[in-house]
Amino acid sequence: MNADALLDIEDLSVSFRTDRGKVRAVSDLSLSVKQGETLAIVGESGSGKSVTALSILRLLGDNGMIDDGRVVFEGQDLLALSADEIRQIRGDRIAMIFQEPMSSLNPVLTIGKQVAEPICLHRDKDWSEAMEMAGSLLAKVAIPDATERLGDYPHQFSGGMRQRVMIAMALACQPRLIIADEPTTALDVTVQAQILALLKELTEQSQAALILITHDLGVVARYADRVAVMYGGRIVETADAKELYANPAHPYTVGLMASIPGIEGDAGTRLITIDGQPPDLAYLPPGCAFAPRCQHAHEACGSGIPTLESVLQNPSHRRACFGYPS
Amino acid sequence: MNLAMNEKPLLKVNDLKVHFSLTEGFLEKEVGSVKAVDGVSFELRRGETFGLVGESGCGKSTTALAVLRMQPLTGGLIEFEGNDITRLEPHQMRPVRRRMQMVYQDPFGSLNPRMQIRDIIGEPLLVHGLATNRRLFRERIDELMDMVGLLPDMSDRYPHEFSGGQRQRIGIARALALEPSLIICDEPVSALDVSIQAQVLNLLMDLQRELGLTYLFIAHDLSVVRHISDRIGVMYLGRIVEIAGRDELFAHPRHPYTQALLASVPRPDPALEATRSQQLIVGEVPSPKTPPPGCHFHPRCPKVMGVCREESPILESNRGALLSNHQDESRVACHLYDA
Repeated sequence: MNADALLDIEDLSVSFRTDRGKVRAVSDLSLSVKQGETLAIVGESGSGKSVTALSILRLLGDNGMIDDGRVVFEGQDLLALSADEIRQIRGDRIAMIFQEPMSSLNPVLTIGKQVAEPICLHRDKDWSEAMEMAGSLLAKVAIPDATERLGDYPHQFSGGMRQRVMIAMALACQPRLIIADEPTTALDVTVQAQILALLKELTEQSQAALILITHDLGVVARYADRVAVMYGGRIVETADAKELYANPAHPYTVGLMASIPGIEGDAGTRLITIDGQPPDLAYLPPGCAFAPRCQHAHEACGSGIPTLESVLQNPSHRRACFGYPS
Repeated sequence: MNLAMNEKPLLKVNDLKVHFSLTEGFLEKEVGSVKAVDGVSFELRRGETFGLVGESGCGKSTTALAVLRMQPLTGGLIEFEGNDITRLEPHQMRPVRRRMQMVYQDPFGSLNPRMQIRDIIGEPLLVHGLATNRRLFRERIDELMDMVGLLPDMSDRYPHEFSGGQRQRIGIARALALEPSLIICDEPVSALDVSIQAQVLNLLMDLQRELGLTYLFIAHDLSVVRHISDRIGVMYLGRIVEIAGRDELFAHPRHPYTQALLASVPRPDPALEATRSQQLIVGEVPSPKTPPPGCHFHPRCPKVMGVCREESPILESNRGALLSNHQDESRVACHLYDA
């Protein structure tokens, strides 16, 4: 348990009922986020990063279940709350920004209504007051002629503008924690840069914590203070961002960094690849999930599951690896 | 890859235009047009990879379809292997299509889920009447699967049994079946996980070396395009704003849009990111229905001048003193470099 943590996840395990039986998507995951901090959760599809995010707000859907663990936010275990109580927290103390700004906005409600709704719900304001606040929120996320556009519908906004609206909605009740799940993956690169810079600036102003879920190691480098790398439903490495990029210690992290073509340096040469493909969560190997793709795997990797342990006497840099054979 | 420059290009595209008309009402009265591709010119030399980058809606995919004549042209000229194919009838295009094939972005949507892999890869051979002998047909498919790193015993399986990266290999094998000289790759790795992207890029580069293929490589990811391309064209709202050799483009981007694009890409290095100035350009790509007058980029350009609002700059080489110290073939469409 981390004393100064805003959010503390302990030993979280999540699974889904599927037609192939119960599939474990997240296993024994622990992480914490401090106030004002940006934590990036990085991983490929199926690594469990989005499921982790959805579990915090208990948005898993009917076939998902939390098997074990605690999600302590401001001293309260969110998993122990009633449905009503967690609804009080969603959109108020913790807000979420999704990847698809088109499908996350209601197409038949005006932008103004959608931004004002959380204010009405959680702040007990009447509609006219909430609408006024919605107007200033839209101005804050740099939507031109914000008040005039309150009556517009989502289809009248571009992709980047819609994501700005999502950010305005998330900020409406001044949350302490914002969870952004691939917030810019659907956007063009010049717009991505604008949106992420805006998100970072606004969270810094309000001293909120940000959990940024992404597969883009460039985005992580630019915006994250700390990083957790996920693979096969577990955190395999976590460190301060600078430390992680300077001294990646898990073979998966090392491979991932080597396999992205850079914008400087050698071009046209063969890229270093990680052989094979991400594991099928329904058929995880018995030991370390990365072992079948790992060029350093040895006997221990095939039987036991490594736990997160600190690297090089650095308590904030930890990896889950049995180490390279000597 | 660095073949003599006087050799005839494999593909020559000149002033290519694809306009879509906008209609209104029951009678579909024409009220305007979207100039998806508006005067695009470039050349592909044999054995090289030409990258086409730009944000969504810039016209890069429409350009690809137009080159394959899968999209009616409004104007322009396409010369492939020395022949003008601009006005060929569909039946005349058939033999040409054997020489130019496409690899699509979506490895899920581009393979028929009800067909076995063998039939997907072999279909081009059937369509073009090249599958005369069952044994040779099978052998050819085994050979193609082997070339792209798939085990030939998998040939009776269906697409859903394969991962995204493997499906993209199937798409590549299908494109290779007719032994084309040109392969157009439209965002071939953007749907794949990072660790799988590298595998597919390596495969494409290996195949190019072995088979002497020429690629037109379309993508929005600058680091991917940089890695695989010899030369790169940058598109914005239907026009090419800059063409340059890979190293030249990344070392000395000339067009303010290219500069902004490069500045927007976050680098996987926190120490560098902390020091790098983040000059973000404002706004978004305007609607292609109502492109700004003059240079399409002027409303977002940090270096905009009066002339930019009125005159469209032409893609020209060696403009003025700024470029003269380089004996390269960079071309840029920007008034900043007007002599």
